[in-house]
Amino acid sequence: MRKHRLSTRIWHWVNLLALVILFMSGLNISNAHPWLYWGQWGFEPNHAWLAVHRWPGWATIPGYYNLGGARSWHLLFAWVFAVGLLLYMLVALINGHFRRDIVTRRKEWRWSAIRGDITAHLRFDFHHGEGKYNFLQKLAYGVVLFILLPLMIFSGMAISPGSDAAFPWLLDVFGGRQSARSIHFIVAWSLFGFFVIHVLLVLLSGPIGQLRDMITGGRSDEAA
Amino acid sequence: MKRRNLLAGLGATLVAGCSKVGDSQPMQKLFELADGWHRGAQRTLGGRQALAREFAVSDISPHFRGNGTTDPGDATYAAHTAAGFADWKLAVGGLVNNPLELSLDQVRALPQRTQITRHDCVEGWSAIGQWTGPQLKTILGMARLKPDARYIVFRCADLLEGAPYYESIDLVDAFHPQTLVAHQLNGAPLPVKNGAPLRMRIERQLGYKHAKYVQAIEAVASLDGIAGGKGGFWEDKGYQWYAGI
Repeated sequence: MRKHRLSTRIWHWVNLLALVILFMSGLNISNAHPWLYWGQWGFEPNHAWLAVHRWPGWATIPGYYNLGGARSWHLLFAWVFAVGLLLYMLVALINGHFRRDIVTRRKEWRWSAIRGDITAHLRFDFHHGEGKYNFLQKLAYGVVLFILLPLMIFSGMAISPGSDAAFPWLLDVFGGRQSARSIHFIVAWSLFGFFVIHVLLVLLSGPIGQLRDMITGGRSDEAA
Repeated sequence: MKRRNLLAGLGATLVAGCSKVGDSQPMQKLFELADGWHRGAQRTLGGRQALAREFAVSDISPHFRGNGTTDPGDATYAAHTAAGFADWKLAVGGLVNNPLELSLDQVRALPQRTQITRHDCVEGWSAIGQWTGPQLKTILGMARLKPDARYIVFRCADLLEGAPYYESIDLVDAFHPQTLVAHQLNGAPLPVKNGAPLRMRIERQLGYKHAKYVQAIEAVASLDGIAGGKGGFWEDKGYQWYAGI
């Protein structure tokens, strides 16, 4: 068996493309009204809890302010992202990827084990632990897969007036459309933070091999 | 600084690529398809008659922002304002068996609905207000649509960036119980900035669908051939026709 299954590899790269486009078109959308609010309503700076930076053209899709165009990209790739995540999760549930590689064991939650894992990371030793991933990896992937990515989908839906009519519980879960919009923004930047750390760790742990394995699948003995 | 340059370089390359691809015909087609998928998904999963949330009086925002045109500003409209819109007429025509021309008094004499709803601008902000007016379906019922009518077009008195504002919805939204021709906001006649004397409320869609300063309601079989052919002022500039998302 290979280190990364075909389903994981396809999803990884499709999801990367979708998230980059969603993030950059999202920054363009953010420029349309760069203030964030809590609750159901909010429409002027003195209601806002945060005045957001205006993002330069090189960071946005399209590369100039265009709300309609940015929304076209955002709403198309929302489908790629949501359907991709759903399919990946179904496959990973069925083939045991989640159970085998992502679910943590009770003993991994002992403080001594966690401390050991952190110390190993600080020594740039990433190939430790019994399974494919060490504890911090499992934790990071678990938080991203089961908390941050679904939060992006549901908070995004709660911003949509049509979805709020179709699924009124969205408003109750997030505490209002403007709260959902704020959470959408916060989680997007949390994912950006994950992206930066993820890329840094790949660079620190043999980037050529890591990239090769995520494309070709690699061999399972390398993962031990 | 170097890493920043690299990131900016990568960003700019992707941005340039996306801008090129985004303008291409197949990509535009795909964008329109995705918009239709959102409409289909929302209506299939939530039901065509799903209601937008209605709020309590205590939820009404301290004031209601005006956006887009906040005053049509021409002499004709100024005269209407001065006369208290006594001579304003709402024409109902197109593919109908019984064309109408309603005065404001006639609009106010129809069965009324009052609802407190949230208004979501495509830019991202929201305000909550209480709207009163007849349901659009009441007026369409009086005008009696012909069988080939598929869309309802709203013609407005304002020019935005030099072009007449207009909008359109399909019959699902036209006959939705919360779709109103509103003449009151928070219990008072509509302020000029919010579309006096008549504006649409299409509660499951974004603000640009809620045409203001409405003068004519027209039933049509197709949106082709109306202005830019995309079904609305903003749609002609590349915005989504289905603005439920």
